[in-house]
Amino acid sequence: MPLLSVKNLTKSFGGLTAVSNANLTLNKGELVGLIGPNGAGKTTVFNLLTGVYVPSSGSIELSVGDNVRKINGLKPYNITRLGISRTFQNIRLFKDLTVLDNVRIAMHQNVKYGLISSFFRLPSYYREEQEVIKKAESLLEIFKLDTKKNELSRNLPYGEQRRLEIARALATNPSLLLLDEPAAGMNPNETAELTDLIDWIRKEFNLTILLIEHDMSLVMKICERLYVLDYGMIIAEGKPEEIKTNKRVIEAYLGEEVPHA
Amino acid sequence: MEQFVQQLINGLSLGSIYALIALGYTMVYGIVKLINFAHGDIFMVGAYVGFVSITYFNMGFFPALLIAMLFCAVLGVVIEKVAYKPLRNASRITALITAIGVSLLLEYVVMFFAKAGVRTYPENVLPNLEMTILGVRITFTQVCIFAVTIALVILLQFIVHKTRVGKAMRAVSMDKDAAQLMGINVNNTISVTFAIGSALAGAAGILVGVYYNSIDPLMGIIPGLKAFVAAVFGGIGIIPGAMIGGFSIGAVETMVSGYGSSLYKDAVAFAILILVLIVKPSGLLGKNTREKV
Amino acid sequence: MKQLFSFKNLKYSACVVALFGVIQLLISLNIFDDYYQITIATICINIILAVSLNLIAGFTGQFSLGHAGFMSIGAYACALITLNINSNYSFFLGIFVGAILSALLGFVIGIPTLRLKGDYLAIATLGMAEIIKIIAQNLEFTGGAAGLSDIPQYTNWVWLFFFTAGTVVVIKNFINSSHGRACVSIREDEIASEVMGINTTKYKVLAFVIGAFFAGIAGALYSTYFYVINPGLFGFLKSVDILVIVVIGGMGSIRGSIIASILLAIVSTYLQDFPEIRMILYSLILVVVMLAREFIKTKKINLDILNIKKYIKTNGAR
Repeated sequence: MPLLSVKNLTKSFGGLTAVSNANLTLNKGELVGLIGPNGAGKTTVFNLLTGVYVPSSGSIELSVGDNVRKINGLKPYNITRLGISRTFQNIRLFKDLTVLDNVRIAMHQNVKYGLISSFFRLPSYYREEQEVIKKAESLLEIFKLDTKKNELSRNLPYGEQRRLEIARALATNPSLLLLDEPAAGMNPNETAELTDLIDWIRKEFNLTILLIEHDMSLVMKICERLYVLDYGMIIAEGKPEEIKTNKRVIEAYLGEEVPHA
Repeated sequence: MEQFVQQLINGLSLGSIYALIALGYTMVYGIVKLINFAHGDIFMVGAYVGFVSITYFNMGFFPALLIAMLFCAVLGVVIEKVAYKPLRNASRITALITAIGVSLLLEYVVMFFAKAGVRTYPENVLPNLEMTILGVRITFTQVCIFAVTIALVILLQFIVHKTRVGKAMRAVSMDKDAAQLMGINVNNTISVTFAIGSALAGAAGILVGVYYNSIDPLMGIIPGLKAFVAAVFGGIGIIPGAMIGGFSIGAVETMVSGYGSSLYKDAVAFAILILVLIVKPSGLLGKNTREKV
Repeated sequence: MKQLFSFKNLKYSACVVALFGVIQLLISLNIFDDYYQITIATICINIILAVSLNLIAGFTGQFSLGHAGFMSIGAYACALITLNINSNYSFFLGIFVGAILSALLGFVIGIPTLRLKGDYLAIATLGMAEIIKIIAQNLEFTGGAAGLSDIPQYTNWVWLFFFTAGTVVVIKNFINSSHGRACVSIREDEIASEVMGINTTKYKVLAFVIGAFFAGIAGALYSTYFYVINPGLFGFLKSVDILVIVVIGGMGSIRGSIIASILLAIVSTYLQDFPEIRMILYSLILVVVMLAREFIKTKKINLDILNIKKYIKTNGAR
């Protein structure tokens, strides 16, 4: 049973069809890349999967535990609760909050104490808050951000902001993680480090990962399968080596950027 | 039926005034994204300048109209330069509170000099003519208000669409930075926008004085808010929208006073506002925009 | 539970209790006359209003210009109950009903926020408050434009203190809980917040409901302290007053709201000596403070740039 299966997904804005008839399947534990020229509709796919946009037609099914849930049309927060989390292409941290708070907010869905407990600081408040802090700190440690937990996230250097965004996404306890250009703006060293980190968290957290990336060194190194999107349509699917030699893919990229291994 | 047409005529005159004020709101919001709360008070100042010109300097209607418009234009530019320009990159709420501060300042400065009480315009500013067509009474003043409004709006459309300044205004309202890079003097363009918007409000002020005869220092608050409602109703930043909005609010208001209870006429304007905002926040003629993720 | 009795908490509590005792003593020894007591009541009510508006505007980022509307609901409800029900409990019943009704209204007003943002929301809330005012002006049982008078004066320093401190503590606790953080995340980035699993709809409305609840309490205290109310007291200007306190004290700063409430009360006490130009001075102060704040902010950036230049001069250019 696949973790995520997308059938005939279409999204149009007015006359413009950003994604048309896309079919995608992700199996549990896979690390899959979604590539394509600029403006191909990759981020729109992410927005559809996370409920930020409502699909014009098609279906998205996510397996949750032993059940299969249709998630198209659900609100983003519901989809997150069912196990999809993401990062953003143009980093969307809670900039004026501390690093720790960024992660704690993402853990909100697991907090059980009610409003009354929060108003009067009943014992359940203290108990659960302590747990939240402990979990958040251990997550930050993985991303080497624990020493900066009380800094405002806007003051972090760029690379750390990217890492914090991934940490925050993981804090929602996802089964599927969507990474939107995680290596954008990073130098080769940082990219290599990030590549290892992504590979490591996948195993550590038992994740399925779908990532959008332009950096082919990262894509070719860790992705097991690739989907290629052009003009909103999936034009190719397969192993990285197959994609590299795929004629349609090369055509799509010509004049844009030629993938190099 | 007669009463309905009569109310419509009255609504049209009132609506002209709202439209003139709304135009200034819409232009200023379109270009600097600021709800210029002081705009209603510039309208009030216009009414007072008209009053002084007519009663103390014995001017006729049209010279007084020109003086009021000129005075308000200068006032608008000064307010922009002193109070709003330093806040162009500040948070919205800071700018809004400053605008409210300027609004209070205008109200109470006028109150200090002119005293709080009501002043009355002389009766015979415009010839006291009226005609009755099929039982509907139309006064010369109403015709004048309507004519002045239409003339000013045509002039405004000409400026915005056919002149260099107008082109610059449209460019700045679309993208300030890009306009600057294209060599447009953004500061001057914003000043011109404030000048034109304020002049229109000044004109509305003197028209109200002539139409209702009485003016007071706090007269700008409610019409100002309603004009903003009109601007939102038509789609903020859109000039024809402000016109339509102004006339609609005017008409609805006179209908409510005529058929229902005049006590609730102000509430109706706000109810319309909330309804519009909920159903179609971009207004009648506005386009929906979505945030890019 | 240990944190509850931390040194910091104990220190704060001790200071607050001492403040209560000192003022109570000054009042009972008649050192604080009516004039001071009225100022203190104004400060307390303004603190409740500012802190509750701060929850909506400062923490949740929902720009509201209608807080006086909520206040008026509490004021009228409490006044009508204390006027019509003669019992020892009518004061508490009045406060409770006022707060609940106001919270209900907050729920109703919170709903449009699901579609509106920024300036538009500000205008919509302003419109709602104006509608409430106009309705109060035209209904018979609210006393029309003249309002209500001879409301029993139940509120005294003890109750003012109790409700002010209570409001501050409850709202501060809320802000520092997971629910409060959910609200703050909406201010920071609504889309990211929703994608991180926050039901933004729920929390936006909740902020309005809680904010309105406490504004209702403030209104109830107002009516039972000053024993006269009329619709004009709860107009646009009152909403602006509260917003000004929040902005001057700092959006998202509870301590700031408290300090600004006190400062503004002192300023307006001084301004009362110049009735002729009181409002002119007030509006001038408002504009100047806003401009000065922005000036200082931009100045700071300039200073930073200077530092970088200095840094380059000393460390760079080898």
